[in-house]
Amino acid sequence: MFWLIPLLPGASAFILAVFGKWLPKKYVSWQACLSVFASFGISLVSFFGLLKVPPGSLPVIKTLFHWIQSGSFNADLSLQLDPLSSIMTLVVTGVGLLIHVYSVGYMAHDKGYQRYFTYLNLFTFAMLILVMGANLVLMFVGWEGVGLCSYLLIGFWFEKHSAANAGKKAFIVNRIGDAAFILGIFFIFLIVGSGDFRAITGAIEGGAITQGMATLIALLLFAGATGKSAQIPLYVWLPDAMEGPTPVSALIHAATMVTAGVYMVSRMNLLFTLSGVAGQVVGIVGALTAIFAATMALTQNDIKRVLAYSTISQIGYMFIGCGVGAYAAGMFHLFTHAFFKSLLFLAAGSVMHALSGELDMRKMGGLRKYLPLTYPTFLIGAIAIAGVPFLSGFFSKDAILTHAFAQGQYFIWALGLMGAVLTAFYMFRLVFLTFFGPERIESHAKEHLHESPRVMTVPLVILAFFSIIAGYVGLPVVLGEKANLFSRFLDPVIHPGPEVHLGISTEWLLILVSVAVALCGIYIAYVFYLKSPRTPHRIVARFPALYKLLYNKYYVDEVYNAAFVKPLVNGSQVVYDNFDLKVIDGTIDGTAAATSFAGKVLGLFQSGLVKDYTLVLLLGVVIFLGYLLF
Amino acid sequence: MSFPILSFVTFFPVAGAVLLIFVPKEKTNLHRYLALAFTLITLVASLTLYFHFDGAVADPQFVEKSGWLGYGINYHLGVDGISLWLVLLTTFLLPIAVLSSWTSIQKRVKEYLIFMLLLESGIIGVFVSLNLFLFYVFWEAMLIPMYFLIGVWGGPRRIYATLKFVLMTMFGSLLMLVAIFALYSFYYKATGTYSLEIFDFYKLILNPQVQGWLFLGFALAFAIKVPMFPFHTWLPDAHVEAPTAASVILAAVLLKMGTYGFLRFALPLFPDALERFLPLLSILALIGIIYGGLMALIQKDIKSLVAYSSVSHMGLIMLAVFSLNTEGVEGAIYQMLNHGLSTGALFLIVGILYERAHTRLIKDFGGVSSQMPVFSAFFLVCLLSAVGLPGLNGFVGEILCLFGIFKTSQLQAILAVSTVILAAAYLLWMYQRVMHGPITNEKIRSFKDINKRELGYLVPIIIMMFWMGIYPQPFLRKMDASVSRLLDRVHNRERIFLRETSQTTSLKSDRAAEAEVDQTAKKILAELEEKR
Amino acid sequence: MIPVGYFFSLSIVLFVLGIIGFFVKRDLITMFMAVEVMLNAANLAFIALAKAAGSPAGQVIVFFVITVAAAEAAVGLAIILLVFRQKKSIKAEDMRLMKG
Repeated sequence: MFWLIPLLPGASAFILAVFGKWLPKKYVSWQACLSVFASFGISLVSFFGLLKVPPGSLPVIKTLFHWIQSGSFNADLSLQLDPLSSIMTLVVTGVGLLIHVYSVGYMAHDKGYQRYFTYLNLFTFAMLILVMGANLVLMFVGWEGVGLCSYLLIGFWFEKHSAANAGKKAFIVNRIGDAAFILGIFFIFLIVGSGDFRAITGAIEGGAITQGMATLIALLLFAGATGKSAQIPLYVWLPDAMEGPTPVSALIHAATMVTAGVYMVSRMNLLFTLSGVAGQVVGIVGALTAIFAATMALTQNDIKRVLAYSTISQIGYMFIGCGVGAYAAGMFHLFTHAFFKSLLFLAAGSVMHALSGELDMRKMGGLRKYLPLTYPTFLIGAIAIAGVPFLSGFFSKDAILTHAFAQGQYFIWALGLMGAVLTAFYMFRLVFLTFFGPERIESHAKEHLHESPRVMTVPLVILAFFSIIAGYVGLPVVLGEKANLFSRFLDPVIHPGPEVHLGISTEWLLILVSVAVALCGIYIAYVFYLKSPRTPHRIVARFPALYKLLYNKYYVDEVYNAAFVKPLVNGSQVVYDNFDLKVIDGTIDGTAAATSFAGKVLGLFQSGLVKDYTLVLLLGVVIFLGYLLF
Repeated sequence: MSFPILSFVTFFPVAGAVLLIFVPKEKTNLHRYLALAFTLITLVASLTLYFHFDGAVADPQFVEKSGWLGYGINYHLGVDGISLWLVLLTTFLLPIAVLSSWTSIQKRVKEYLIFMLLLESGIIGVFVSLNLFLFYVFWEAMLIPMYFLIGVWGGPRRIYATLKFVLMTMFGSLLMLVAIFALYSFYYKATGTYSLEIFDFYKLILNPQVQGWLFLGFALAFAIKVPMFPFHTWLPDAHVEAPTAASVILAAVLLKMGTYGFLRFALPLFPDALERFLPLLSILALIGIIYGGLMALIQKDIKSLVAYSSVSHMGLIMLAVFSLNTEGVEGAIYQMLNHGLSTGALFLIVGILYERAHTRLIKDFGGVSSQMPVFSAFFLVCLLSAVGLPGLNGFVGEILCLFGIFKTSQLQAILAVSTVILAAAYLLWMYQRVMHGPITNEKIRSFKDINKRELGYLVPIIIMMFWMGIYPQPFLRKMDASVSRLLDRVHNRERIFLRETSQTTSLKSDRAAEAEVDQTAKKILAELEEKR
Repeated sequence: MIPVGYFFSLSIVLFVLGIIGFFVKRDLITMFMAVEVMLNAANLAFIALAKAAGSPAGQVIVFFVITVAAAEAAVGLAIILLVFRQKKSIKAEDMRLMKG
């Protein structure tokens, strides 16, 4: 039954793709939402069914048919359900459903309505294949599939150059990671002889993979993850991806697709644990990304870009979790992040909707009285992400940092903590600039200023609700060994990491530190943007170079462009002009010309006079006779 | 076999061409319908090949053999798991090619269609011949209609392009002819009987030195046809100048004759020479992959962009062939079909654009998507098939090719995998510049979305793309036996040692040759020993 | 019986005259006649040798040569006529279409 979960949205996408042109909008919305709703229902049923399945018989596998089979390369089309994929299906279909519903309102007046829902359903399908695929190849199918949908949806408004560009950039950057991912798959096939997750687990447990090989494979796979999950060095596509419609940013570029890398690392956790080095790399890349992206978020004025950098940074946290061996904590952060980040995006979308598409925070302010529902929900999201106690983000972020500390990864822990200050700061900078302070709204936008329709606000409220309570399934260990339901549920899949050897007092102290850090960040934001709004300008005036560096995002795009894209294109042009056209074609044309020249030269002997020819003939005869006679 | 189905498939288009000769010139539509009917009947006939083909048998099936000119020159046809697919690809694409030139060809329609039909026969003949003489006849005969198709109905630089194409191909095939004669005489010396049968030649064992020369003769002919770097420059020129349908056939089927030649002749006939030249050929293929991709990146004409992408894709196919393992070779054959479909489709799509805009320069386009939404979807699917997106045919072939390469040499695979990135880069960049962005050229506003006829020939291709991507089993399983037999021939040298019955089989004296063979064998053994 | 040498001498003289005629004369008709003279010189040699050797083979060849010469004359003259119609001249120098 559970194999229907991906197929329903897939079938819906197929119908919309083929017949969408002739279907009325109303029908399209119902079909798209209902298919995801049905998937969500099945996911819930399967989830509860899974609770009853004894851990020994996990995962439940359904093989549909043999897909590719040639020599030792073998990939079946088979789906699996285990706690890890179950959680992912719930997140994908649950958040996906809310975003589908929200989109009905948000995209109501777009002329590409049918196309939009086709892509959105297709994305849900691909994402579910990614999380339910029972082997690496099928996972890669979903992996590429979501990449394609991301390309299509980022470039949804393809008439805009920037949107088309961003889509293409996302796809190509992702492909760089994917190339490494493919190599990782190949190494696994070479050693294990199969891409099946069970076979891989068996091979690792049976000691078939050496540590060095595990490191190589894990790093290749992780390179794929840096592309998909927007980590250093391949994160550059995500900020640009904000060109897509906002619900898309919420679903794909916050809640689900970009966290696929975290899912993949958790899925392959045995490999990363076996390698050790790879886990360390994951943790360090995650930590660096977390802080690097957070600094870039400080100076952005585009509301969605701030959220985009925040997403990159939060995924960095998830990778910190995976890197220090706390895969469950990483997944937990993925889980809570899906709620509050999609909430933030959708609320930001609601703000944009209210302001006729305005994205610049400098042209907002004081919106809280105009948007009575958007404001509180956005605030809940901001509090959750900032790590204020009793909301979901606090529990998950704290779990990650505690584990990092417990593993003795003090450097990573410190970076994470710094990131937490920055997170709290830029999120509240966003809140204060948007909803508080003086109104800076442009007049034409103000005329149409209105709260969004119910179809958009209801999903906000539901998401806000979950942003508050989602954390309570994963309470800290201090509150009891069995408090962390989330991690216990994942136990059958995730190799239980090294024990946390922290005294109760240390753990409480760590919790206090992170609370203090979060509140501190919020307070600084309050001082900067509400109490004395001149402060940021003074700081900018003191450190103009630093500000410029941050504002231009460390010039990474420019560097990549100058270091890779330009040389490649220009170099190809030079090679084409000189080698292809001159050397190769020159040789060929030269051969032809030489032949034709030789013909011309020999042609000079052809006078056209019969007598000349006869004379030559005669001479020939004489010479021949002479040769014969003497 | 009671009914000579292969002869029927091969020569039925010729019958059509003969019939067309007697239809008055003015009735252009009658010509078109007749040509379509003949290609469609050929397609249906070739489908029976598919249904009756037994995938468990490695030997050629549907064999027809009868004496022809004597001295080993026989009429001998048959298909195995490798050629079957190429025949089907040809018969599948020909009706599409005829449909695609329905309105774009307006002058000399009769002659055009006659040449199309002759071309079909010539190509099918190449794939089904099991006698080298017959093979060579078809190999050369096929050039003639192609020469006229490009030379008469082509673009402004058509004479240059067509001469370049024909001369380069001829250059290679003449050397191959010499090699064929040499094989013929070696076989006669060894056995005292005349034969030009491929399967007889498989039994021949030759001195490695001689093998080297003969291998080069064959390999050059095929390498030019594929085309492998650095013999690729005829391809962009020919494509740019050729009319749409000719481009489709050229890219989709003609290039496959080169890879097919490697699989059928160059590899199994000269295994020792292959071993010697393998590094060189692999490097050329590898260069082709990357070089083709980089050149495609900067092309200004959509057609030459697709042509360079062909160079890159064919490089991957060749590298997979040279990996000499099941995954690689099956992947290569599969990718040959994929490349036929996706590149063929891309040329059709460029043709559709050209019919509307009368230009193929990328800079003249922009924002076409908003004017032609259905077309843009088709374009995207074909493009993604070429990029190798999972769920479409390209992925299955590409991943098998890459895995085959990987098994043989990980370093090569690491370099070859760059095609994954490059293909996405040049194709999507082109797509973006042509289809996306605001409409810059006012002419684009008058473009009409694709009509029923265009839909009619694109839809079958798209269906095939999805089918081959989602359920490749029927295709792969029919290759198994033939591919494993081929690899056996290459690896295990299971050939009957004929030399003992003869005085000499080589140019050198017998003893020297024998000593040389022994020496190489010893060397190989020593090397193997060392590796262990 | 006249010795064969005499016939040979005559044949050579005729042949050389033919060659000279061919190279010296400019109009096609005369050149053509010169060729005929050469042919007949060869014929004479053949006949003489045939008689001397007592073999009929030489005579048979002469018949062939005469036939070929007749055909050649017919075709050649026709060509010359056509050339004259086109060019209003039968000078050999005027026909240089084969010039490379």
